[in-house]
Amino acid sequence: GSISGKIVDEHNQPLPGATVTINGTTNGAAADADGNYVIKNIKAGTYTLTAKFVGYEAGVKTVTVNGATTASFGLLPSTKSLNEVVVIGYGTQTRKEVTGAISTVGSKDFQTGTVTSPDQLIQGKVAGVSITTTGGQPGAGSTIRIRQGASLNASNEPLIVIDGVPLAPGRNPDGTSRIAGVGDPISLIDPNDIESFTILKDAASTAIYGSRASNGVIIITTKKGTSGTPTINFSSQNSIATATQKLDLLSGDQIRAYVNANGNAAAKALLGTANTNWQDEIYQNAFASNDNLSISGSTKHMPYRVSVGYLSQDGILKTDHIDRTSGAVRLSPRFFNDDLKIDVNLNGTYQDSRFANQDAIGAAVAFDPTQPVYNSKSKYNGYTEFYDANNLLNPNAPRNPVGLLEDKHNDGDAYRTYGNVTADYRFHFLPQLHANVNLGYDLAKGGGSTYVPANAAQSFSNGNPNNLFNTGGLSSEYHQKTYNSVFEGYLNYNNTFKDIKSNINATAGYGYYDFRTVNRNFASYTAAGVLVDGSTPTYPYGENRYTLESYYGRLIYTYNSKYILAGSIRTDGSSRFSPENRWGVFPSAAFTWRMSDEDFLKGSKTLSDLKMRLSYGVTGQQDGIDYYRYIPSYYLSDNTSKYQFGNGGNSLYNMYTPNAYDTSLKWEQTTAYNAGFDYGFLNQRISGSIDFYYKKTKDLLSQVYLPVGTNFTNLITTNVGNTETKGVEFTINAIPVKTKDFTWSFNYNVAYNNNKITNLSLVPGVQNVTIATGSISGATGTTVQEHAVGYAPYSFYVYKQVYGANGKPLEGVYADLNGDGIINDSDRYLYKSPAPKVTMGFSTEFDYKKWSLSTVLRASLGNYVYNNTASNLGTSRNIITTVGTIGNASTDYYNTLFTNNQYLSDYYVQNASFLRMDNLGLGYNFGHITSNKHLTLRLNANVQNVFVITKFTGIDPEIYNGIDNKFYPRPRTYTLGFNLGF
Amino acid sequence: CKKELNREPINTATADNVYSTATGYKQSLAKVYGAYALTGSTGSGSSDLGGIDAGTSDFLRLYWNAQELPTDEAICAWNDVGLHDFHDMNWTSGNTFLNGLYTRCVYQITVANSFIAQSTDDKIAARGFTGADADNIRHYRAEARFLRAFQYWVLMDLFANPPFVDENSPIGKVYPAQISRASLFAYVESELKAIDGSLVAAKANEYGRADQGAEWALLARLYLNAEVYLGSGKGRYTDAATYAAKVIGAGYTLNTNYANLFKADNNLNNPEVILSINYDGVTGQNYGGTTFLINSCLNAALNPAAYGVAGGGWGGNRAVSTLPATTFGDYSGNTDKRAMFAGPKIANDDESTFTDGLAVVKFTNMTSAGVAAPSPNGVFTSTDFPLFRLAEMYLTYSEALLRGGTGTAGSALDAYNKVRARAYGNTNGNVTSVALNDILAERSRELYFEAVRRTDLIRFGQFYGDNYKWPWKGGVAAGRAVESFRTIYPIPAPDLSANPNLKQNQGY
Repeated sequence: GSISGKIVDEHNQPLPGATVTINGTTNGAAADADGNYVIKNIKAGTYTLTAKFVGYEAGVKTVTVNGATTASFGLLPSTKSLNEVVVIGYGTQTRKEVTGAISTVGSKDFQTGTVTSPDQLIQGKVAGVSITTTGGQPGAGSTIRIRQGASLNASNEPLIVIDGVPLAPGRNPDGTSRIAGVGDPISLIDPNDIESFTILKDAASTAIYGSRASNGVIIITTKKGTSGTPTINFSSQNSIATATQKLDLLSGDQIRAYVNANGNAAAKALLGTANTNWQDEIYQNAFASNDNLSISGSTKHMPYRVSVGYLSQDGILKTDHIDRTSGAVRLSPRFFNDDLKIDVNLNGTYQDSRFANQDAIGAAVAFDPTQPVYNSKSKYNGYTEFYDANNLLNPNAPRNPVGLLEDKHNDGDAYRTYGNVTADYRFHFLPQLHANVNLGYDLAKGGGSTYVPANAAQSFSNGNPNNLFNTGGLSSEYHQKTYNSVFEGYLNYNNTFKDIKSNINATAGYGYYDFRTVNRNFASYTAAGVLVDGSTPTYPYGENRYTLESYYGRLIYTYNSKYILAGSIRTDGSSRFSPENRWGVFPSAAFTWRMSDEDFLKGSKTLSDLKMRLSYGVTGQQDGIDYYRYIPSYYLSDNTSKYQFGNGGNSLYNMYTPNAYDTSLKWEQTTAYNAGFDYGFLNQRISGSIDFYYKKTKDLLSQVYLPVGTNFTNLITTNVGNTETKGVEFTINAIPVKTKDFTWSFNYNVAYNNNKITNLSLVPGVQNVTIATGSISGATGTTVQEHAVGYAPYSFYVYKQVYGANGKPLEGVYADLNGDGIINDSDRYLYKSPAPKVTMGFSTEFDYKKWSLSTVLRASLGNYVYNNTASNLGTSRNIITTVGTIGNASTDYYNTLFTNNQYLSDYYVQNASFLRMDNLGLGYNFGHITSNKHLTLRLNANVQNVFVITKFTGIDPEIYNGIDNKFYPRPRTYTLGFNLGF
Repeated sequence: CKKELNREPINTATADNVYSTATGYKQSLAKVYGAYALTGSTGSGSSDLGGIDAGTSDFLRLYWNAQELPTDEAICAWNDVGLHDFHDMNWTSGNTFLNGLYTRCVYQITVANSFIAQSTDDKIAARGFTGADADNIRHYRAEARFLRAFQYWVLMDLFANPPFVDENSPIGKVYPAQISRASLFAYVESELKAIDGSLVAAKANEYGRADQGAEWALLARLYLNAEVYLGSGKGRYTDAATYAAKVIGAGYTLNTNYANLFKADNNLNNPEVILSINYDGVTGQNYGGTTFLINSCLNAALNPAAYGVAGGGWGGNRAVSTLPATTFGDYSGNTDKRAMFAGPKIANDDESTFTDGLAVVKFTNMTSAGVAAPSPNGVFTSTDFPLFRLAEMYLTYSEALLRGGTGTAGSALDAYNKVRARAYGNTNGNVTSVALNDILAERSRELYFEAVRRTDLIRFGQFYGDNYKWPWKGGVAAGRAVESFRTIYPIPAPDLSANPNLKQNQGY
């Protein structure tokens, strides 16, 4: 006989890929694109079936088979379900038992459209998790902050764990990408392979990851093989991206009008006749195609999934392009009656990139719009350039933006493979005891080259023509390999003692993590292949390595299924600290009370869930700091940094330079408290949570000034200071309307966060320490931000602008805040910060029969951005420049009429609160499109970055570091896609 | 597994490795010197210091700003925050450039301290050095002590009461004690005298390394300014004359061509320079030093290629109009060949406009043969900076005598006329009598843009108050009276809050 049926979700929409298995066997099937499944060749009898789909609560049915039998399932989303299994560190729990502040996002709720990096899938989806894309460059990645991070100069990146393997941070301590040749390593993970995200926010849930968890943990679970007959899925998303956000600059005609009115004869003579919009010249409509083919199913004892992805994406900045090919294999064999479960995950990615020269973005803003792009007489590949009195390139003028792009070939190649093998063994003689071993690796090889032709203006210098050094062009290369490995093993004991109404879940484990990066350094050459003097590296081979070792344990005690006490402890050793300071201890404790299970609430018809969570924990931090900072050492200087003694042959000496060191360096520690409630009404049709938290970081790894003369530098990253963060997060999920044909559901989350520095000094009691930060463009060495006690990190440090009767700012006139009659540095004040006070996300979906319409909106309130484009380019001296050229100005010039730049005016610190529609999607599910019901089809259309509402006048209000300068615009992307199932 | 947590860097060495060879000692000495020439050890973008733009963080650029911009010689057009404070004479303890300079001086002292600690006789013996190697290391050590004394003199001159560290001070989280200006004077004096016997004889050392001549020249400078440092009536003019005379008598001679002192090949055939800071456009790349001095004084209209920096010309520093108009009078260079100005406009109508004021083209990256020195990007230069040269010693000798000192190298007038005669190329500029006030103007004509002007104006009582005003002195077009406390710079705020032992200078 056979069993067939349909598996649908709460909206009666089919759940392709959902699986049905016959309990006690490996026999089963997966649903096709229309949600239908068939299990054939079954002997007559009675069977219990379980239907499963990721993010949904399993459905169970018992059927008696006699010939062709039907069994259909309507599954409910498990994110709202109390029995949903939630991944926690080194284990799982059901949603109702969870003691920490944990959020999950399943594939059903991901952002859709052209999503090329995994982090973008959950933008706006989780309260307290802010994901700010670095800009519009393909593969550039994002800045992810959970509850705004805890540190100043150590890393604020959350720990990312994929299928149990904790990854190395995406960035090196110096801010460069950990894998050479790609913008951000996370973009090498194909988003199509991801099944769910679990975000651990409070210390009770993260402390089990101890040393690396101060900034929260993101656990990514990838899609696994399914039981039953193979399902083949092919999806393709094809998009066009356009630059909709451009800076407001003067046109060629406006420049001509200004110069003719204000310029002298020399300036007027420089004017051209063109009306070139340089931003239009450097940006393009960019095509992207993102395709993924996957097969999943099961052989006798082994569910498998194999997928291949291909992404080809142009950047909206001309010449930007990435090609990414990725493959993933998941095997999940089971042995000995499921006593031994093995999971094998293997991933491989190859990415081939051409990185556009982003200098063009700044040049396009500053370049004279009265000049044409090309000039047939130009020696520099035909591009219009500026010349000096000798008809040589004017060294101080901007270079032709199009020439900057087309003449620079910066190509990167990266290969990455990562994966792991997990073996989980249930002891036959003691089935409550599991042993779990996890071996993981992450290898990458990255490299690239830069080539600029000899006659390109960007690397042409007017030096002595007899000196080949100056004949122009550039040819250089770089190569890097990373070798990361993970070993983890733990024992878990989980048993229920019915007579004392107790459950004990105990875990003890060990972890070893090794991170090694190898660099090969090369000399540079001119385009003609002549060695660039001094570029021969002193050290052609470099290696950086650090290692962590951990021991951890956790005990969860549940009484009467209502009272849950959990405690964990982890100790970590890091090679970055001296043996005396090497080990840190990170405990946590949590208490959960399932109030809705108490008798006085149990009968409630409206209240379906109420749970109180209290937690405390300590986590550590050592990422983002130098690997060997505690060891005194010397290094030899570069060949461009030698000192001359004497005038003889060997008179140039490389300098043996002492490194700054800090033997007392130790773990940064964050103590966090969290109090939260989970609630559900009307059988979980309305559910959500509210959390209050307080975090305090001590021994903060921050850059501070040392007393001069006490080290081989004056500014060092060391354990100093404290910060504190307070916040509230609220989430609601609801299905307000649910009928046979129409469903409306939404998720709304809001988070308030207040972060301030409470100490920055090594000297007890000293409060007035400030650390300047936030370098800007236009004035060398000038910073506009400060870390200061009592203020948010990166607060702006500026003068208070005085305005005239007409409301316009008065040039160079500032308030004398200290009243001493002099306007100087002492009159600067701390004003606002880039950190938003409130962030919100709103996702909603309307389903009508086969149609679905969804949108994601995000808002940020109280974040400020310094408009560096306006401050640097909004003056008349940008039009008629001091270097003998005509330039362009921001239209902000009309607001200020400034002659000289007023970089430190608070006029340029602007409210950048915004509301952005991230995504608007329309889907249509055809269901079966062939008569044999083997082929199904879904279509989708999306617009991403639909609109932004903001008062900010720069290019984009969403700039993580708060300084808008030469920002790569985020495009608006139109996507058409389809999903075919077999 | 725990041994695996001992990860050690490759491409670095321990002190014992470094100091195991004679070459290692010399490479370490190179850093002690390189600390005042370059910004860092890994190219022009690197810096030994934090909290300041790397390209701005070398010694000479910062020292030059502090010594020239608050005077009647130089004014800068750039908008960099804090830079205008110098000419406007309203700097605060938060000034980034002052913090950079102070930190750079102490950085060189710290590197010198470490070298001095590693080159004691005990260490030399323990590491098995004998003979010429051991002698060389002893010379190196004396030179490191000289450089340390030089930087303490700079700190004493500018900041008066800095923190004090020496080779016995630990590296780590400690708070150095503050030293008073008077105690520092005594320390610098005693250090310089103590190393006299360990330094190589005057003119006998390798080019670019300090010898007895440098030590005597610094002592002469120290004594000449003793009244400023120690208080009225505590002058040491005879000592100043004595040490200036020792230099004069050591065999140095004035370079016959003044302009050649400031050219890219000034490391060769230069009998006048006592000690220079060495720069090389290829092997010593940085955006400070003479690269800064040459490029900041030019813009594209002045044809930077003619000065060996075809890719440069940053349009920043130029002359305050008093320098060409009053100090020189005839600034054409036809009579007094030291006048090297360019550009069409002499008046400083606008502080922020480079072309308001004459460009000073004294320093150049052309060689004496008129060829551009190699420059990778048309910006970096190979011109060395004369930290001490003979002409200054003549004028120091002359001034010390006019202030009441006695000396053995001839009369004040003779010394003065030696400098004048080289300037004119003949005796037409010689004078028959010289008064103290002539010295101040002569020093400006001879040493303008060589980072000594602030010290000179203070010694002559012309820096503060309003008995001498120059355009934009104190940020006012006609000049204004400036408070007397501005003769000493403030202890920078970052160190003041990092080190509880420090007390701020008066007035700040």
